[in-house]
Amino acid sequence: MKLYLHYLSIHVRSAMEYKTSFILTALGQFLVSFNVFLGVFFMMERFNNVKCFTYSEILLCFSTVLISFSLAECFFRGFDMFPSMIGNGEFDRILVRPRNTVFQVLASKIELTRIGRLFQAFIMLGYGIIKSGIKWDFLRVLTLVLMIVGGITVFAGLFIIFAGLCFFTLEGLEVMNIFTDGAREYGKYPVSVYGKTVLTICSYIVPFALFQYYPFLYLIGRDVPVWYCALPVLTAMFLIPSCLIWRLGMKKYQSTGS
Amino acid sequence: MITVEHLCKTFRTANRSAGLSSALKSLFHREYKEIKALDDISFTIPDGEMVGYIGPNGAGKSSTIKVLSGILTPDKGECLINGRVPWKERREHVRDIGVVFGQRSQLWWDVPVIDSFELLKDIYKIPQNAYRDRKEELTELLKLGDILRTSTRQLSLGQRMRCEIAASLLHNPKILFLDEPTIGLDAVSKIAVRGFVQELNKKYNTTVILTTHDMQDIEALTNRIMLIGKGRLLLDGSLEEFKALAGENESLDELVARLYCQYHI
Repeated sequence: MKLYLHYLSIHVRSAMEYKTSFILTALGQFLVSFNVFLGVFFMMERFNNVKCFTYSEILLCFSTVLISFSLAECFFRGFDMFPSMIGNGEFDRILVRPRNTVFQVLASKIELTRIGRLFQAFIMLGYGIIKSGIKWDFLRVLTLVLMIVGGITVFAGLFIIFAGLCFFTLEGLEVMNIFTDGAREYGKYPVSVYGKTVLTICSYIVPFALFQYYPFLYLIGRDVPVWYCALPVLTAMFLIPSCLIWRLGMKKYQSTGS
Repeated sequence: MITVEHLCKTFRTANRSAGLSSALKSLFHREYKEIKALDDISFTIPDGEMVGYIGPNGAGKSSTIKVLSGILTPDKGECLINGRVPWKERREHVRDIGVVFGQRSQLWWDVPVIDSFELLKDIYKIPQNAYRDRKEELTELLKLGDILRTSTRQLSLGQRMRCEIAASLLHNPKILFLDEPTIGLDAVSKIAVRGFVQELNKKYNTTVILTTHDMQDIEALTNRIMLIGKGRLLLDGSLEEFKALAGENESLDELVARLYCQYHI
């Protein structure tokens, strides 16, 4: 952990070397997600609710997904950028250092400009919390935190799978963005609005619904069992197949290499 | 002590002819060509020896270094370095080795060199006192005093290479792999690097394995030469033996070129 903080401080100092670029990128990130927010806003202006979810509830749902995604992208960016790390031999350097490879890839890139998107997400979250009229108690606050942590876990797992597959293809797989960027965009609305099939896939295969839909229902006071709020914890299981794919990829790299 | 026995490594590369149609065809059906990067390589290097590892581009030099440093797993053969198999006990093994890739930087690009050193200190878990002494010593020997506070991207190539070498020696490794350390350097920097490596070997008995195309590096530093071509070890002997192969008025560069021709590599 101490070492991670040391890496983090290096990244902060590096980012500060290019202040203008940093500020502009962060601003861009903010505006892009603000744009998406406007989309939701205008739609809700016309229709008032989507499948019984009100505007403020949708905002709450969207902001938790966006917060998870921004944080995951900020801290797990190394896996997202992994194809180039293999390409330019940076990964060889990682292998000649006496530390865990997953840790080193994790620490090799920390994308601080995502703070712009994070900022936007927190504004939405604040607005959603005020307008939704949820009666906050300890369990609901815990649920919200769990939702965000669960979201980070799922996105991180996806990034690791993405990187693990790069060992086999040696190139980025754009198709994986369906799950990451796609999930961020579709995550605006509770998964159920997309129909039953999508909900099933998102419950059992790629567990988006575990941190978004089910605990969200509890959060906004729908008539659901209390244990729904604990479902985000299950997302941790998603890390098991991710790490297996990573390990498999590592073996393959060490035997083909170069 | 490095022992390598019957090391083999084959790469499979996709083979296709030029043009769009064959590129499309290769999408569905690919022909593979097997390339023997290492073909039954065996050698032993005792502690404290400085070895020059030469051969044309693509001969298998880098593959050997990658196997020895635990990056690659060979198909066949054995390799024992200070009692460890590099690719099986990677983390313990890399603590004892330093690797300098002349073409790639290991320093963090946008921060002062000293910040990179501090991070490496934490990565290798070097105790504070040992780190301080080591840093001071390297700073003096490689004359880094003025440049430690400059960020890496602002250094000249020669300055950067000196910092790279210092960075890979902070944890006081017993074995140092130098992969083309003098590539692109001016005369002054080259001589400085060579002088330093000599000093290091004398003082700490560090084993040095040097790959290079610069025969002056070889002449100045090593007492043993290994020539590799098409994955096979073709010559392994002392510098004197190697020099004896040269004809009258033949420089080492000419000798090497002649040998490459002779072996069809």
